[in-house]
Amino acid sequence: MKTHSLTTPLSDEDVQALRTGDVVLLSGRLYTARDAAHKRIVEALDRGEEPPFPLEGAVIYYVGPTPAPPGRPIGAAGPTTSYRMDAFAPRLYQLGVKATIGKGRRNPEVKEALRAFGGVYLGATGGAGALLAQRIVQAKVIAHEDLGPEAIRALEVKDFPTVVVNDAHGGELYVTPTRVASGK
Amino acid sequence: MRSIPASTVYEQVREMIVRVSRCLPGDVVQALKTARDMEDLDTAKEILGQLLENAELAKEGDLPLCQDTGIAVFFVEMGEACQLEGGSLKETLTRAMVDAYEQGFLRKSLCHPLSRKNTGDNSPAFIHTDLVPGDSLKIAFMAKGGGSENMSRCTMLTPAQGWQGIKDFVLDRVAESGPNPCPPTIIGVGIGGSFDQAPQLAKKALLRPLDVSHPDPEIAALEEELLQAINELGIGPMGLGGRTTSLGVRISMAPCHIASLPLAVNVQCHSSRHEEVRL
Repeated sequence: MKTHSLTTPLSDEDVQALRTGDVVLLSGRLYTARDAAHKRIVEALDRGEEPPFPLEGAVIYYVGPTPAPPGRPIGAAGPTTSYRMDAFAPRLYQLGVKATIGKGRRNPEVKEALRAFGGVYLGATGGAGALLAQRIVQAKVIAHEDLGPEAIRALEVKDFPTVVVNDAHGGELYVTPTRVASGK
Repeated sequence: MRSIPASTVYEQVREMIVRVSRCLPGDVVQALKTARDMEDLDTAKEILGQLLENAELAKEGDLPLCQDTGIAVFFVEMGEACQLEGGSLKETLTRAMVDAYEQGFLRKSLCHPLSRKNTGDNSPAFIHTDLVPGDSLKIAFMAKGGGSENMSRCTMLTPAQGWQGIKDFVLDRVAESGPNPCPPTIIGVGIGGSFDQAPQLAKKALLRPLDVSHPDPEIAALEEELLQAINELGIGPMGLGGRTTSLGVRISMAPCHIASLPLAVNVQCHSSRHEEVRL
């Protein structure tokens, strides 16, 4: 288990070196997008339009922050549950996204996309919104302001703490519960 | 008939809501500390330590504990011999909630179910009101996050399935939810009532602090049995393994139809934010 300090945008080499369980401290720019923003990104792609941010090497953070109080760049900003973005994620990885940050399990299609296109899924601690906000130095809405908390933001981060949940080599960090479903 | 000024209710509820978003209840903090000391795995200790640090930061830094500041749930017990003066209860609670979310820099998390357009002010509030004997007013507020709410379920078991069926359903639910609802969780279990009442029982059960046992020793024993079985699943904090998958199980029961055994599981994340005011 290693600790990697990486700066965005991420390269293929950055991603291939990561293994499930490694700690990744991210610096540079993250783009925020959750449910409604993903739908709009994909609809724009369907119409042949440019996405609202360059996808090549991009890191997407699944988050809808609270409003910034006076004197702070952002409010609480922890991860939301990732499976709701599973329907959109493979296409975005195919188009160059290198990492997504969230919490919770991904489906087999996303894990296959990580392998096929060279990507990683990173976990941040859910419910640690105040703690994670300390690593965000700047935040700016760059698209879909009407979505409020779901608007797409560019975040400048310094040593944003994540752990590799699913790497590009088939690794899985989440434990399998010691139970077989009762089938009832 | 006792009169309570709506303005007093407004002020106290508005202040309570902002406080709830930033201050993790003492019983939850204590449970997280106990859990951290019990864990053998470094990752589990590390996660629980982060949650405790987050609670400190939120309290001192005037930031919400979590970016999901929740849907606004009220459980009101209103004495039959009291009345609000200068405003209706629903309007007063709604106004206090809307102002708290705006002035406290909390996230507005409600939207149209199909267009997904945000309602803009976190309305509507979810208000459950019971009329009770007496002349006092008790207002409990819960900021309920969406991630754990998504892992919650309701079902109608057959009477023959009984306690074993209940236990299987709860364990299946927790196992299947895995890391998604931000474990360590608190599991609210509503048993009995009707199709619509069971989930309300489950949700209201979450208001009982972790250091307060169920007043009925038999139900308290069932809660312990379920908690132990849940923690044997090994999911652990954030699903990364460990002894602490849940901090507590809270059961609430009500009589039900002879044909039915309604059951609801309301999952609560570790950020169990609730408080009450009594007037």
